[in-house]
Amino acid sequence: MPYIGSEDTVRDLRRVLSNPNVQSDQLRYRNTILKVIRAMSQGVDVSGLFSEMVKACATVDIVQKKLVYVFLCSYATLNPELSLLVINTLRKDCQDPNPMVRSLALRNMTNLRLPSLVEYVEQPLTAGLRDRAACVRRVAVLGWAKLHNLQTNSEIDAAVVNELYSLLRDPDPVVMVNCLRALEEILREEGGVAINKPITHHLLNRLKECDIWGQCEVLRILQRYRPQSEDELFNILSLLDVSLISPHPPVMAATLSLFLSLCSGLPAVGLAALERVRGPLLAACGNTSREMQFTALCHIQLLLRSLPGLMGEHYKRFFCGYAEPAYIKQRKIEVLVELVNDDNVAILLDELRGYCTDVNISTAHAAISAIGRIGRSYSDKCLEILTELLGLKQEHITSAVVQTMRDLVWVCPQCSRTVCSAVEGCEAEIQDSQGRHALLWLLGVYGEQVSSVPYTLEVFIDGVRSEASVGVKMELLTATVRLFLCRPAETQDMLGRLLHYCIEEETNMCVSDQALLYYRLLHCGIEETRKVLQCRRSDPSLGVLIGRPAEPINQWSYIFNTLEPLRPGAIETESATIGGSPEHMTFDPKPNNDLSDTLSYSFGKTVRSVTDTALQCTDSSSDALTASVSAPLSLSLSPALSPEEFEDLWLQQQALHVEQGPEKIKAEENYVYMEEHVQCPTIFRCSPQSLQAAMQLVNIQTLAFTPPHTLPWRVYLYTNTQNKHSADTCHGTLILGELLYTGEEIQKKSKDEENVGVEARQDKREEEREEDTAEGRSEKERVKKNTAEKGIKVTLKQQPRDEKALKGFLSVLTTVLHALSSEK
Amino acid sequence: MISQVFILSSQGDHLIYKDFRGEAGSDVVNLFYEKVTALTGDQPPVVMRHKDVHFVHVRQGGLYWVATTTADTSPFTIIEFLNRLTALVKDYCGSLSERSVQMNFALIYELLDEVVDYGYIQTTSSDILKNFIQTEAVSSKPFSLFDLSNVGLFGAETQQSKVAPSSAATRPIQSSRDQGGKSEIFVDVIERMLVVIGSNGVLMKADIEGEIKVKCYMPTCSEMRIGLNEEFSIGKSQLRGYGAAVRVDECSFHQAVRLDEFDSLRILRLCPSQGEQTVMQYQLSDDLPSAPPFRLFPTIERDNGGRLLMYMKLRCDLPPKSAGINVSATIPVPKGSVSLSQELSSPDQSAELQPQSRAVVWKIPRFPGGTQLSALFKLEVPGFSSASMLEVGPVSLSFELPKITATGLQIRFLRLSPFQPGPAQRWVRFGMRTFDSDHEVGPGPSEDPVQDCFHWWIHCLLYLSQQDDVCWTESVCCLTS
Repeated sequence: MPYIGSEDTVRDLRRVLSNPNVQSDQLRYRNTILKVIRAMSQGVDVSGLFSEMVKACATVDIVQKKLVYVFLCSYATLNPELSLLVINTLRKDCQDPNPMVRSLALRNMTNLRLPSLVEYVEQPLTAGLRDRAACVRRVAVLGWAKLHNLQTNSEIDAAVVNELYSLLRDPDPVVMVNCLRALEEILREEGGVAINKPITHHLLNRLKECDIWGQCEVLRILQRYRPQSEDELFNILSLLDVSLISPHPPVMAATLSLFLSLCSGLPAVGLAALERVRGPLLAACGNTSREMQFTALCHIQLLLRSLPGLMGEHYKRFFCGYAEPAYIKQRKIEVLVELVNDDNVAILLDELRGYCTDVNISTAHAAISAIGRIGRSYSDKCLEILTELLGLKQEHITSAVVQTMRDLVWVCPQCSRTVCSAVEGCEAEIQDSQGRHALLWLLGVYGEQVSSVPYTLEVFIDGVRSEASVGVKMELLTATVRLFLCRPAETQDMLGRLLHYCIEEETNMCVSDQALLYYRLLHCGIEETRKVLQCRRSDPSLGVLIGRPAEPINQWSYIFNTLEPLRPGAIETESATIGGSPEHMTFDPKPNNDLSDTLSYSFGKTVRSVTDTALQCTDSSSDALTASVSAPLSLSLSPALSPEEFEDLWLQQQALHVEQGPEKIKAEENYVYMEEHVQCPTIFRCSPQSLQAAMQLVNIQTLAFTPPHTLPWRVYLYTNTQNKHSADTCHGTLILGELLYTGEEIQKKSKDEENVGVEARQDKREEEREEDTAEGRSEKERVKKNTAEKGIKVTLKQQPRDEKALKGFLSVLTTVLHALSSEK
Repeated sequence: MISQVFILSSQGDHLIYKDFRGEAGSDVVNLFYEKVTALTGDQPPVVMRHKDVHFVHVRQGGLYWVATTTADTSPFTIIEFLNRLTALVKDYCGSLSERSVQMNFALIYELLDEVVDYGYIQTTSSDILKNFIQTEAVSSKPFSLFDLSNVGLFGAETQQSKVAPSSAATRPIQSSRDQGGKSEIFVDVIERMLVVIGSNGVLMKADIEGEIKVKCYMPTCSEMRIGLNEEFSIGKSQLRGYGAAVRVDECSFHQAVRLDEFDSLRILRLCPSQGEQTVMQYQLSDDLPSAPPFRLFPTIERDNGGRLLMYMKLRCDLPPKSAGINVSATIPVPKGSVSLSQELSSPDQSAELQPQSRAVVWKIPRFPGGTQLSALFKLEVPGFSSASMLEVGPVSLSFELPKITATGLQIRFLRLSPFQPGPAQRWVRFGMRTFDSDHEVGPGPSEDPVQDCFHWWIHCLLYLSQQDDVCWTESVCCLTS
C-alpha cells in the first residue's frame, strides 16, 4: 500500500544515504539503512534507492551488510544491471576468513534470483561445497538447487550431482539433509533423489543426529523406498519405533506416514502402528498451541476411519473447553460422534446438549446434527433432547433441529411418530429456507399423522407470493399434492390456489413447470399421482451403513500428514454416504419423471468427488461423461427383467460373442457388445446393500452379486434406456451389464463365468457364511493387489443398438462407481 | 517447504514479509488478510487456500504468523515451525507484541534468514543461532519506577530483592551480555487443569497437564540439576507409599534431559541452551490429588415480575495463605436478556452483561483462600419461557493460582555445576495455570418446584485464559543467590 508522501520519504532517505558525513559514521549509516528497510516492509516502494544501497553494501559492519542484503534481494529483479555491481562485493566476501561472512555472501548471491548472474555464482558455489565450515556448505548445497530452478531448462551438471551425492556423507547433519533437498529439486524430472538400500540405511543410521526438521525431511523422502525383503522391512520398522512415539508431533506424524507406506502390504502392522501413536496424538491434542490441537484432531479423524475403537475410552479428552475457538469445537464434536458406544452414550449426549446452545451458531448446528447422527443408533434419547431443544423457540436452533429430524426419519422411519408430534407448531420459528424445506418435506410425507398439517400448509400457501426460495416453493408444491392424496377434503381448495398461483403468476420456470406437471398428473387420475408421489419414506438400505465397517488404511494414508485433512469439510464421508444431506432428499422423492435433472446433478457431485480424491478416470470414461451430458438420457427399471430372462439373454448374446472373438466393440445388426475398464479398485469392498441402493437411485437394477471382499467379484445389472432427445421415435433399449473385478490383470473372460451370476444369487446365503474365511484369506492379497491400480471390467450388452445411450449409461455407471468407491 | 513467511498485525498491517522461493507475489499478504476478515466468527480456520497457495497460520501475541506452502506439506511441521518461530522471536525480543515485532524487524529478518533457507528449515536451536544473530534487540519496555524498588537503602539487601519483579523473565536473551553478565535462570512449574463436576457434586472429569519450563539467560551454561519431589511417581499402577506422594500418569522430557539420576533420586540433569524450553511435560487424568480450589453453589429462579434471579455463592477452598487472582465467572444467560442489576458482596468485584457473548461476567480481582463470596444477579428477559432455562449455564470460572500446583510437584533444589564463576541467580516460580477447569455444579437439593420442572443443569468451568504469559507478581521467590 503506497503511503502518502512516499516520494518525499525516498528523497529524504537518498539525501541522507549519499551524505559523506553519514557514510563515515557507522552508527548513523546503519540507522538510515534501518529506516529504508522499515519503509520497505511497510510497503513503501524504495526501489529508487538501489544504487545507494549497493554502495552501502561494501562495509565491514555485518549487521549493516545483512540489512542491505535484505533490501537487495527484494529489489534485484527490478534492477538486473545494477545488481551486477553487487556481485563483485559478494564474490570478495566469499573469500572472507570469517565463515559467517562467507555463508552470508553465498546465500544472498543465490537469493538475488537473476539468471544473468549465474555465470558469476557457479565458481563460488563450487568452492562453497568444499568449504571447511559447515554453515557455508549448507548454503552452498541449497544454492545449487536455487541455481537449477533459475534455469530449469539447462542441463543438469553431472559433476555437481555426484558431488551432492557424496556430500550425503558429510559430518554435518544439516548439510546431509540439505543435500537430499537439493537433489530432490534438481532431479525432480527423474523422480527425485535415488533412494537405494545403502542410502536408506545411511540415512536411517544418522537420523538421530538430525534435529526434528531434518528428521521429518529424511522420513518423508524415505517413503519412496521399498525394502527388498521382509527382514529388512522389520529392521527398518524397529529402527523407526522410537520416532513413532516421539514427543514432537511433526516427527511422530512423519514416522507414521513412513510406517504406513512401508506396511501397505501388512495391514496388521499398520493398525498396530496406529495404536502406538495414540498416546502422542492425544498429547498433541492437549498441546498448548491451538493450531497444533486442531491439526491433531483432524488427523485423529483420519485414524478413526480405520480403527473406530482407537479413542473409545479417551472420549473425555474430546470434550470442548469453554473458550475454545469454534473450529476446534466443531472438529471435537465430529470426533465425539465417532466415539459413541453403549457405555458412554448418556454422558456424551449430556455434553453435546450443552453445546447446542453455544453462542456460535455454527457450533450449535454442529452439535445438533451430531445428536441426530447418534440418534441413528440411540434414537429415543436423542429425540428426547431434540424435542427439548425445540422448546427453546429460537430460530436457528429450531431450524437445525427440524433438518436433523428429517435426516433422522429418513434413516430410522420408526422415529416418525415422535418427530411428527414434535414438529407440530414450530413453523413460526423457522425463518431460513433450509429449515422450511425440511419442515415441508416432513409435513408432506407424514401428512396423515399430523392433524394440523392443512392449517400449517395454508399459512405457507398464503405467503407463497413473498417466498424467495425456489426450493421451498417446489417442496411446498410436492408437500401439498402429497397431502391432497391422503386428506383430499381439507386440501383441495388450497391446492387449487397454489397450483393456480404457480402456473399463472410464478416467474420461475422450475416452479411453474413442476406445478404444470402436477396439474397434468392429477388429470391422469389419483392412482397415477399416487404412484409417482407416494414414494419411499425412508431408505432402509442406508441403515446398514450406520455401523460403517473399518476402512483399510490405504484409503486415507496418502493424505495423512498433508494439509488435506485440515481443509474445512475434508472428512464428510458420513454425511455423503447416508442420506443426511438435503440434496439427497430433493432427488429421492421424485423417482422417474425428472430423472435427467437428478442424473446431471449426480454428475456434478460425483465428478467433484472424483477430482477431490484424485481418483483417476480412464480416458474413455471421461469422454463418455461429456458425451452423456450433452444428450439427455433417461433410465428406467420397467419393464422388469426376471433373473431367468436375464440369464437367457446374457447367455444367448454371449454365445454370439464367443463366435465372433473378443474384440473391443462388436456391432451386430441389433445389439452391441462392449467392454470397458473403470478405474476404481475399491468398489468391491462396498456392501451389497449400499451398492444396490446407489444403483437404484439412478434406476439401475442389480440382479446378483458376490459378497464383498471376495475375488473375483461380480455384479450383474440391467436397465432400460429412453432417449429424450428423440422423443418422436422414442426407442428404448435394454442394457445388460456385468462388473468384474478379479484383482489381477484384466484377464480374458473364462467360459464358466456367466453361470455364477445366477448361482450367486441362489447361493448367496451359503456364500455369506463363507464370507468370513474368504475375507481373512483375501485380506493379504487384497492390499498387495491394491497397490498396483487395477480396474473393474465392465461388460455391457445392449439391445437394440444405440451407442449414444450406451455411452451415456456407461458414464452414469462410472460416476456411481466412483462415487461409491470414493465414499467408502 | 515454506514459500513465504509473513507477520500481520490484527489490523492487517504488514510487519514482516519474507519471500523464500519467489514463487508467489507479495499480493498474497493482502489476499490472506481479505480472507481472514471476510470470515465471521472468532478465529478463522488454520488452513486456507487460494488457488495453489495454501496459507497456514497461527495466532500468537495478537499477531498472525503466516506461512504459505504447497498442499502436500506436513501441517504438523509448519505449525510447529511457526510456534517455534514465535518462541524464538519472544526469546530474542523479550516479548511478543505488535510493538516489539515492529521495533525489532531487523532482528526478525536476520532470524528468518538464518532459520529458513530456500523454504527449508535449517535450524531453530538458539544455541546455534546465537552465533549468527548480530543485531541487538530493542527493548520496548518503558522505564518504570518499580524497577527501583528492588534497590535497598544504601544498597543493602532488602526483602524485595529475594523476589523478582514479574517482568524479569520477559527480556531479550541477547541483551544479557551487556548487563554485566547478569546471568539468571528461571524455572517455571505451570499446571493447567480441567475439572468437570457433575450436578450432584461428583467429580466427572479431571485432567491436569503440567510442564516445567526453563528460561536461561546465561550465555554459557554448564550442567544444571533440578531436583523434584522424591515421592514423585509415574504411572497408574505404581504402589504409592505413605505421605504426600506426587503422582502423574504420563511424563515426557526434552531430548536434552539426561535421566540417569531420575529413577533413584528424581533429579533431572540438563545443559539448558539460551532461551526458553520445556524441560518436562506431564499429565494426570481422572484423579485429582486435592479438592478443586473453588466450589460454586448456584440458585436460579424466576421472581414474580418474570425476572431471572441468579444467586451465586462461590467458595475458595484454598489454604488461607494463598489466594486466587483474576477470578472471573462467566454465566451464559438466555438470549435477549437485558438490563442486569447486581448485588455483589464487596466493592472490588464487578459484573457486566455482555450481549454479544450472551453472558454475565463476574470478576473478582483477588480471592483469598477459605473465604466465600456471593452475588445476586437480576436479569430482565423479555419473552422468558420455561425452556429459556436450558440456556442458563454452563458456568465457567477462570483464575490464576500463584504458588500452587495441583499435583503437588515441587522443585527441591536447583543446582548449577560446576559452580559458575560469576554470580548466577536462580529463580523458581510455581503456578497452577488452571487452563480449562470445568466445574459442573448442579443445583443441589432444592425445594423450589419451579427448578425441578425446568430440569436445568449447570456446569461451572474453572478456567484460566490461555494468555501467552503468566505473571505472578508475588510468586517469584529466589531460592539461593
